Amino acid sequence: MADPQRQILLDERRVKRILARMAREIVEQVGSVENLALIGIHRRGVDLANWLAQQIERDEREPVPTGSLDITLYRDDLMAIGPRPIVGETRLPKEGIESRVVVIVDDVLFTGRTVRAALDELTDFGRPRRILLSVLVDRGGRELPIHADIVGKRYTVEDGDRIEVMVPEVDGELSVSLLKGALG
Amino acid sequence: MTTTFAPYLGKDLLGLEELSREQIVGILDTSEPFKEISERAIKKVPVLRGKTIVNAFFEDSTRTRISFEFAEKRLSADTVSFSAGGSSVSKGETLVDTARNLEAMRIDMVVIRHGSSGAAQFLGERIASNVINAGDGKHEHPTQALLDMLTIRDQLGRLEGVKVCIVGDVLHSRVARSNIWGLRKLGAEVAVCGPMTLLPPEVGEMGVTVFRRIEEAIEWSDVLNILRLQLERMKSGFVPSLREYNRVFGVSIERLERAPRDILILHPGPMNRGVEIDSAVADGPHSVILQQVTNGVAVRMAVLYLLAGGEPDTAEAAKTGVGL
Repeated sequence: MADPQRQILLDERRVKRILARMAREIVEQVGSVENLALIGIHRRGVDLANWLAQQIERDEREPVPTGSLDITLYRDDLMAIGPRPIVGETRLPKEGIESRVVVIVDDVLFTGRTVRAALDELTDFGRPRRILLSVLVDRGGRELPIHADIVGKRYTVEDGDRIEVMVPEVDGELSVSLLKGALG
Repeated sequence: MTTTFAPYLGKDLLGLEELSREQIVGILDTSEPFKEISERAIKKVPVLRGKTIVNAFFEDSTRTRISFEFAEKRLSADTVSFSAGGSSVSKGETLVDTARNLEAMRIDMVVIRHGSSGAAQFLGERIASNVINAGDGKHEHPTQALLDMLTIRDQLGRLEGVKVCIVGDVLHSRVARSNIWGLRKLGAEVAVCGPMTLLPPEVGEMGVTVFRRIEEAIEWSDVLNILRLQLERMKSGFVPSLREYNRVFGVSIERLERAPRDILILHPGPMNRGVEIDSAVADGPHSVILQQVTNGVAVRMAVLYLLAGGEPDTAEAAKTGVGL
């Protein structure tokens, strides 16, 4: 595969500004942070969820429980006999998710299949009062009837291109890039 | 989203002798996230939904069979278990027939325990389904060794350089053989200790230290993996008496207290308390025997999950990865 062409769309300063707005929007939408829990989807959603939770805690002076969710075992493409993906850590808040308002946090929303899997997996842990979806980037291209409630930035991306989000915990930096011709 | 893949194990899991270091580490690493599933209120994930697994136990086993059944059910597979006692038909014929019958019922995987060394491989060569060796004669018991290694790694944080001594009837033990292969590949130092009648003559060639006295083994070890003394060995004259065995090779608190460091105590079960291990040791602060049992389910879930996959195809893999 040819080396894809990378174009930085958002640098650290701009991503932080967007995340700060997303944190405020989450609070606005849920009303009270008392029963809130932020669940990041493994791997990059986890770092973003932690970042958003800290921001909300600073603004609202209330603790916000966080967790991580690895959706590998709920993927809809595992019936195909292909190699097995590495399974990451699932760690829900110790308070549980029963009757709480849960915000699922991911880096990029594309086909919606990850979110479908996340909804199924969360259901196996309990019955939240409400589930919202928060993504840093919505790139369009949905294959399922799923939408995000809180969106950092929307881009219209061509089929063969990829949005790459980097987060400090995994990549050592915070940025959003477009990779031309990274798919297919 | 890009997806990283675990190493491919091949169609069957027959033993640790033929696995690479990377494959073994891949199984241990994959076991980690599976531990959490058994702690959930709903202990079930849908990853093996629609798969049919047969647990074919031609030899008695309680712990291993139940552990495999839990692992299969927690991954949402449909399972059938059967135990077959001694058969008048020669074992080879029975197995061929079994293989053909199983195939005719459209199953996906077979977990087999059999008294003959090589039975799992024999079956694997004759059916298209995945075959997992749950113990074959004196050959191997790979999932037991994997759960032993996972437990040691949990407790000590590593396997590299760890000194593990396997105590007891190494000669007849598939657990010992699998442990020796696996531990050596992961950089652990391995020793054996037991009566000379119960140590295989070729043990020196496996890169293993031999201790004739349990005191020397305790002096050297970070970990003791104490094997069950099969009581029928006595009848065959390998050991003069249980009391004599306990006096010479039994692991007691008094002996452990003289050790220069705390020693982790493993036992694959079922234990003969007061023979190879004293109760005070089995129930003591350094015993991880019950953690072995807990880890056994996670390791078997990992093996089932990995074997249900296929050969890596990088082009296809890249597509799957971004489909999400």
